[in-house]
Amino acid sequence: MFAPADKAQADETAQSLTIEEGKKLYTVGCASCHGTGGQGTSDGPSLVGVGAAAVDFQVGTGRMPAATSQAAQLPDKKVIYTQAQIDQLAAYVASLGAGPAIPTEEQYGPEGADIAKGGELFRNNCAQCHNFTGKGGALTHGKYAPSLEDVDPKHIYEAMLTGPQNMPSFPDSTMSEQNKKDIIAYLGEVNTDKSESPGGMELGGLGPVSEGLFGWIFGLGGLIAVAVWVAARTAKAKKS
Amino acid sequence: MSTNTSTEPRSRGKAPAGERVADWADGRLGIYSLAKANMRKIFPDHWSFMLGEICLYSFIIIILTGVYLTLFFHPSMNEVEYHGSYIPMQGQLMSEAYASTLEISFDVRGGLLIRQIHHWAAVIFLAGMFVHMMRVFFTGAFRKPREINWLFGFLLFVLGMFTGFTGYSLPDDLLSGTGVRFTQGAILSVPIVGTYISMFLFGGEFPGTDFVARFYSIHILLLPGIMLGLVVAHLILVFYHKHTQFAGAGRTNKNVVGMPLLPVYMGKAGGFFFLVFGFTALIAGIASINPIWNLGPYRPDMVSTGAQPDWYMGFAEGLVRAMPGWEINFWGHTLVLGVFIPLVLFGLFLAILALYPFIESWITGDKREHHILDRPRNAPTRTAFGVAWVTAYMIMLIGGGNDIVATHFNLSINAVTWFVRIGFFVGPVVAFVVTKRICLGLQRRDKDKVLHGRESGIIKRLPHGEFIEVHEPLSQEQMYTLTAHEQYKPAEIGPEVDENGVKRKVKGSEKLRAKLSEAYYGEESQIPKPTVEEYKEITSGHGHH
Repeated sequence: MFAPADKAQADETAQSLTIEEGKKLYTVGCASCHGTGGQGTSDGPSLVGVGAAAVDFQVGTGRMPAATSQAAQLPDKKVIYTQAQIDQLAAYVASLGAGPAIPTEEQYGPEGADIAKGGELFRNNCAQCHNFTGKGGALTHGKYAPSLEDVDPKHIYEAMLTGPQNMPSFPDSTMSEQNKKDIIAYLGEVNTDKSESPGGMELGGLGPVSEGLFGWIFGLGGLIAVAVWVAARTAKAKKS
Repeated sequence: MSTNTSTEPRSRGKAPAGERVADWADGRLGIYSLAKANMRKIFPDHWSFMLGEICLYSFIIIILTGVYLTLFFHPSMNEVEYHGSYIPMQGQLMSEAYASTLEISFDVRGGLLIRQIHHWAAVIFLAGMFVHMMRVFFTGAFRKPREINWLFGFLLFVLGMFTGFTGYSLPDDLLSGTGVRFTQGAILSVPIVGTYISMFLFGGEFPGTDFVARFYSIHILLLPGIMLGLVVAHLILVFYHKHTQFAGAGRTNKNVVGMPLLPVYMGKAGGFFFLVFGFTALIAGIASINPIWNLGPYRPDMVSTGAQPDWYMGFAEGLVRAMPGWEINFWGHTLVLGVFIPLVLFGLFLAILALYPFIESWITGDKREHHILDRPRNAPTRTAFGVAWVTAYMIMLIGGGNDIVATHFNLSINAVTWFVRIGFFVGPVVAFVVTKRICLGLQRRDKDKVLHGRESGIIKRLPHGEFIEVHEPLSQEQMYTLTAHEQYKPAEIGPEVDENGVKRKVKGSEKLRAKLSEAYYGEESQIPKPTVEEYKEITSGHGHH
């Protein structure tokens, strides 16, 4: 008769245990910059209200914990926490104040996505920093929009949701869940190591700069080598 | 019996078919005298003389592939919904121009390969012209009588830039549309006439519905037509002037030493055409260029990072990117110096190169013909000027790609831009000084080799214990090659009073010319080449090595 209540209580206990574990991890790995209660310090912003999605993105891509707070921007690097630990950290930070939750596969998966629509949305909202197909680009003073090649769809979704570092955030009120899904599907089509390049070598997908460099070095360079070869084999009446 | 028939004069009707065809043609075209005059035309041998051939052949490749592309391209800005075979564009609204370029890329047999050959050949064509022009510049091949041909070549390069630009704009994709918008902005920055030119060119406000069709006529008819005429004129003048050659034994200003046009150069040139075509096709087969399917259709409300023009417009892009965004407002008008100054510099920068032959001949006052090429070291000031020009050009090319440089070398884009701003002024000066020093150093080395021979690497110990290196004298030919160049004397203004003691008025231009001449040919700018007396004194020697 009291079974459902017991179950709820058990869930709650599990939940609070997770938060408890997360807090321990937080105290060791994060508190020195973000403050003991996540209130932030001069070395790191407040984490109250950033939500579980922000934690999952920052820690799940290795951007956090950061080596320094002085760099122009934090690069993605080796992930040092397990996904279970990241979940615990996320649960703890989420408990500090309401914020976006970690998206589910249903939200970021490819089912029901419109790739072409995603491409249009990407060019309209993302390409000005991330390039046509998400190869990345420069921002001011050493900051940059990173390449999106082979980034986990979940992390792309979380980035749009939370706007990490220099990126603006695109909450559902600005860009619907369906639009986010479309964009992720478009990137999955054109910017993974399985994406086809119908024209041959992509040359970085960076446009005319890399094409010009290739044209000079291999195109004209190769032809000059051919010219030298032809000129060296002349019809000279030379006795050898 | 049989020997008899062969010695008998043949009647005309029995001539071999080939001869009859040739006779027929000669009667109408005069090919025999034409062939007699030109078949044995001599061309000298050097790999750098084939740079122009690379340009000619890539131009032919561009025309051939371009004709194929016109069969399928629709130069129209009508809006259509895409339903071709490229999945990530399904259902997108785009202009017919963009849709037909997608169709060429994915649905026309061989279309993508031909498109890529066309575009790679264009990149190579312009790069080839650049290097060819530098070869002509640094060897002094632009001197009399070839100044006009230099101008023809220069015009080909500039027209090539604009033909390339209009072609790059035709697919109406997001990248090229950004470039067209950029160009429209540059036009708008021109005081007074800018807005009128823009309205005229685009048939109203940007982008309008006309520019693809207009650029199409310019790209496939107007500019290539002029270029084709210039190419023919360029080649006729090469024939008429005869090719230049490097100094060497037996080569004078009045002869050409090399191989005849037929059969040697016809065979070589024909073979080289196929090598160039094959190589370009190979590049086009393995490396993607301008993948417009990734770029999306142009919409004025969209823009992507990494939006650059093809390399030959890169230095113009760099000028704009490096220029601070200055502007002046007066009486309700805005003068956008941030764009207008780069536009003026773009023109001036190219004009300096075009006019250089005339500047140099004014300084030297030399009215003679020159068919023997200079070694760059023997014209140190010219060489240094050329290297300074190339340095400024390359620095602006870096400026045009400042974002790509920043991301790929982990630099701040602001730092790259400041490097370019400072480098544009400092780089050419440093390059000038360093190049001149290197040239003079090489002249000293040549002089040393002529007078003392080349180092043999053999160390000899003399009876009293001294170690010396044995120097081997150069051959007669080598010494001739190293001393064949002539050296100008700096021009002098002349006496300031005439024979009657009346003070002569010295014009400012005369003074300037004397100063420049001193800078070109003064003691600081060339090492006097060894004289016969010096050589005799040293080689008549008392055991000197």
